[in-house]
Amino acid sequence: MEMGQQVLQQLVNGISLGSIYALIALGYTMIYGIIKLINFAHGDIYMVGAYIGFFAITQAGLSIVPALLVSLVTTAMLGMLVEKLAYKPLRHAPRLSVLITAIGVSFFLEYASMYFVSPTPRTFPAVMDSVAINIGGLVINGQQLLILGITFVLMVILTYIVKFTNTGKAMRAASFDTETAQLMGINSDRIISITFGIGSALAAVAGVLVGIYYNSIDPLMGIMPGLKAFVAAVLGGIGILPGAVVGGIILGVVEAFVSGFISSTFRDAAAFAILIIVLLVRPTGIFGKNTKEKV
Amino acid sequence: MTDTNTNKPMLKIDGLHVYYGAIHAIKGISLEVNQGEIVTLIGANGAGKSTTLRTISGLLKPKEGTISFEGESIGGVPAHEIVKRGISQVPEGRRIFADMTVMENLDLGAFTRSDKDGIKADLKTVFERFPRLEERKEQLAGTLSGGEQQMLAMGRALMSRPRLLLLDEPSMGLAPLLIREIFSIIVDINKTGTTVLLVEQNANMALSIAHRAYVLETGRITLSGDAKDLAASEEVRKAYLGG
Repeated sequence: MEMGQQVLQQLVNGISLGSIYALIALGYTMIYGIIKLINFAHGDIYMVGAYIGFFAITQAGLSIVPALLVSLVTTAMLGMLVEKLAYKPLRHAPRLSVLITAIGVSFFLEYASMYFVSPTPRTFPAVMDSVAINIGGLVINGQQLLILGITFVLMVILTYIVKFTNTGKAMRAASFDTETAQLMGINSDRIISITFGIGSALAAVAGVLVGIYYNSIDPLMGIMPGLKAFVAAVLGGIGILPGAVVGGIILGVVEAFVSGFISSTFRDAAAFAILIIVLLVRPTGIFGKNTKEKV
Repeated sequence: MTDTNTNKPMLKIDGLHVYYGAIHAIKGISLEVNQGEIVTLIGANGAGKSTTLRTISGLLKPKEGTISFEGESIGGVPAHEIVKRGISQVPEGRRIFADMTVMENLDLGAFTRSDKDGIKADLKTVFERFPRLEERKEQLAGTLSGGEQQMLAMGRALMSRPRLLLLDEPSMGLAPLLIREIFSIIVDINKTGTTVLLVEQNANMALSIAHRAYVLETGRITLSGDAKDLAASEEVRKAYLGG
């Protein structure tokens, strides 16, 4: 009984953490899907999103939802700007050049942030009363509810966009075959830009939610979640949207169980062990199809 | 709109040079397609047929030379703009969006349009022409047979309501019976007012439906003329029609 309850509690913690990973992983996987780039700067975009949320709350005095919106919109524009300045000129360059550029962008965002907002961690203000629901000993706190609620709403919106709007159809078409998408009259540059915008917006929300959850943000906070979200995207099958969500949640739950039942020291090790296992056993990920590289 | 210059070609290519990276794929070709015609471009593998179509569609930029369509220069115009001008391509190997439904593929064909009624009417026409697509409209395109995929690729291209339809190797990988069906559909599409530029390795079939033809060899046009004359010419028979 006691054990069962603890398992359930870790499951709740894991799904909350996993939702954050899922939000970041979605951006990774969308961008990979469309330009085959592992955008190593994605974790830093998430960090910038957290800071914008932080300043929107502390300096502009906004409450949580408007702060989220400000962060979402501004970060989306930053993501599109990064794509335009750093990646677009390399559209026909070898993939490795773009990858190295992404690492450069990552360092740039990290150290530019240190310069502008100082490397000292900031305490994220408490934006909500510490409510907690207690269901027969199982505790779900307000932050977790906020994370789960917002993640759910964003997934519904994203699913709608991707499945039913013209832009979404164009995104799927361009991910599948950019050249043929152009033959349909789809402006692939525009679709790539929109994809960076949406991916960055999701990362920004994740950044603000993490600030609320852990109360602390700093300019290097994006490195680890960025890598973890990458693991989540690979676990689910990179390029596949539902894969990023499932991968993120599995990763969050595994981490919660490892910290809850073994030791939180092994939390990160567990995440990367998953990456190694996936790459050895099923490199295409859970939802991945075994497709041959087209020549 | 363009009926005032019926004596002018609809598509005119002049002195076109195209490079594929370092490879000089098209070495100064000139050709014309008149409104209402089926013109075919035949030649061996690697002669530059697909490169020519890809350049017209804007996927490749010409190094030299001009391409004009209905009197306007379109050389170097990006691919997504070309569709809006009234040229649509059925690419080699069909290139359907395999993980999307038949219906979604057709919707994407009409991506540049916003006239809902017109799209509806064209969808009806496509389904009348290819009844099997209507039966399978909710199915994933990747699950269709080769012939059905070719029909989908053609239907998708028609959904943009092109005035010029570019077809790249529609017979590729299909059984002879299906090839005949596809070719009779091409004739039919042409009869309803769409001009066709057809690239084919199957010279026999292509010459049987085309009005005029060009023979392409390693990036140069070596012969051109009436399709009937070319089909009868000794040179073409030897090189492309198997004796």
